[in-house]
Amino acid sequence: MELHIVVCAGIVPDPLQTLEPVMGPKGPALKNEMMLPAVLDPWAASSLYEAASLAAKNPGSKVWLVSLGPKAKLQQVMMTVAQKVSFELVAIDAPVSGFVDAQATAAVLAEAINGLAGLEKAKLLLFGGWESATRGAGVTMQIVGELLGISDQFMGVDQIEFLDDGSFEVLERVEGGKHQVSVCAGAPALFGWATGNLAEPRNNPQIGMANMRTVMPALQKAKAVSVAENDLQYVSASLPKQQRQTRVVKDMAVDAIARELVEWVGAK
Amino acid sequence: MAETILVLTHADETGSVLTTASLEAVSAGKELAAWLDASLTIGVVAAEASSAARSLAGVGARIFGVSGEAFAQARYASDAAACEALCKAAAATIVLTTGSSRFARVAAGVALRLGGCVDTHVTSIRCENGVEVSRWFYRQRIEAVITRAKRPWILLLDAGTYAPFEGGVEDVKVEQVAVALPAMRTTVIGMRSPELSAQTIRPEAKMLFVAGAGWTKKQSDGQVHAGEAGELILNFLSNTGASLGSSKSLVDQGGDGQPVLPFLTHMNQVGQTGSTPRHAKGLSTCCHGEEPHVVGWRFIGDRRAISLDPNCGWARGKADVVYVADAFKVMARVNELLAGH
Repeated sequence: MELHIVVCAGIVPDPLQTLEPVMGPKGPALKNEMMLPAVLDPWAASSLYEAASLAAKNPGSKVWLVSLGPKAKLQQVMMTVAQKVSFELVAIDAPVSGFVDAQATAAVLAEAINGLAGLEKAKLLLFGGWESATRGAGVTMQIVGELLGISDQFMGVDQIEFLDDGSFEVLERVEGGKHQVSVCAGAPALFGWATGNLAEPRNNPQIGMANMRTVMPALQKAKAVSVAENDLQYVSASLPKQQRQTRVVKDMAVDAIARELVEWVGAK
Repeated sequence: MAETILVLTHADETGSVLTTASLEAVSAGKELAAWLDASLTIGVVAAEASSAARSLAGVGARIFGVSGEAFAQARYASDAAACEALCKAAAATIVLTTGSSRFARVAAGVALRLGGCVDTHVTSIRCENGVEVSRWFYRQRIEAVITRAKRPWILLLDAGTYAPFEGGVEDVKVEQVAVALPAMRTTVIGMRSPELSAQTIRPEAKMLFVAGAGWTKKQSDGQVHAGEAGELILNFLSNTGASLGSSKSLVDQGGDGQPVLPFLTHMNQVGQTGSTPRHAKGLSTCCHGEEPHVVGWRFIGDRRAISLDPNCGWARGKADVVYVADAFKVMARVNELLAGH
């Protein structure tokens, strides 16, 4: 079965970086944002690896990676990502801060996907993260799906498994550490991935070299777009200031610590 | 501008009772309606909305319902149609609802269909210069207050930010709203728990117990004691009813061929790339308390940690108490004491 898998994946500051908001004329941004090293959004990266795995199992399938961000930062991230799995990059040169409106971002992504040459919507599986590590809104993919007319949407996905008739079973995370199990008739469908079950692929220089033949031209011709600000206004953006007066307990006997903890835990 | 407020709710797995998170949204709606002197409507999505709405007795609002077997299960196509119909019936300008997995899946699509906007992970609402809401960015590392002029504005509240509405439980008048459903291509089969010996994720628990990678590292005798660690942790969970969280490094170990605790999955993961639960108390063990971990503790009230490192991240103003001790020995004794209670 041939699948056309489009992965939407943004870039985010490396999680270990110190983040500090600064207010600019267009609202908040991160201090020294362009200097911060970036990585592919964790959940979206997971969806990319799942897409590649699925494409490998279904000969004739194709994976597009649609990514919106400042061109220079995209290039930096793609140097690593391109060594993991095969894909065709569709780069869009635009601001990517977590403070950019998710709804406006979705509109830009949907337009780019609509313009993909050779994409057949009857074969389309739209992949992305269920949330991003920046705005964390969990709304971008749903809006892209709506704009593309996809009404079979799944969020917090950890697994999909194709059945013989072309339908697939999907596991979505729900409350209480459980999965909701659904069966969908087939493509087109949208999947907002959680972490899934696949480990991160190891770097493969051969895949990297093959990908780079298309990645660099894609970056060079990346269309610069401005993401509409809509009506979103920021009243403030700040770091939480909670600081606790930590009591560091040294040289206390194990039994005494245990008794103190049991008292603290309280009744079952 | 006069606002019209709709609170969207849904039934729990039994189909006959509204979820706790839905009742929290009702409380938020009542508070906001009072502030704005606005009309309040409650929308109920359930197989039988009248039954589910019984817990809304005394709410003092019109109640609209969408009923039918198609709405017994959480599914994008049917839930989006139901929520869209309820929003239109109520002519809502502000829609409050829960950020549950069921409504988080559809809220953005509904907002688009209505020509409105949506914001999620809302933790508080205030009315100083119009309606302003607080939410977190960069995985709970930056807090912002936002406002919008566009309507309808759908707001998804994080669980635990409002007290659940407590009215009476009796029959209430529910105005049924008809929904035109599209052809359904998805069928919900049911729920599946991970194939584990014990269910360890308990959102309603008062306490969170977090296991770090130290549990599976070599101990003072030079050996790994993953089996013993698992037993200690499960005993503690059994004795206290606590929910289990984990650092990313620990759940990732399985993929690297290192010793693992078999009952942990990525769903237990707490932190920057995991969940941000809300429990009254939290006990961290064998976890070094650096920023990406502590982000997941943002809404944990009373925090204690057990670590062998007196200079770990927890000691830098992130925990209330840090015990510098061997977690194996401490938790073994804690379990003995708890078992004797």
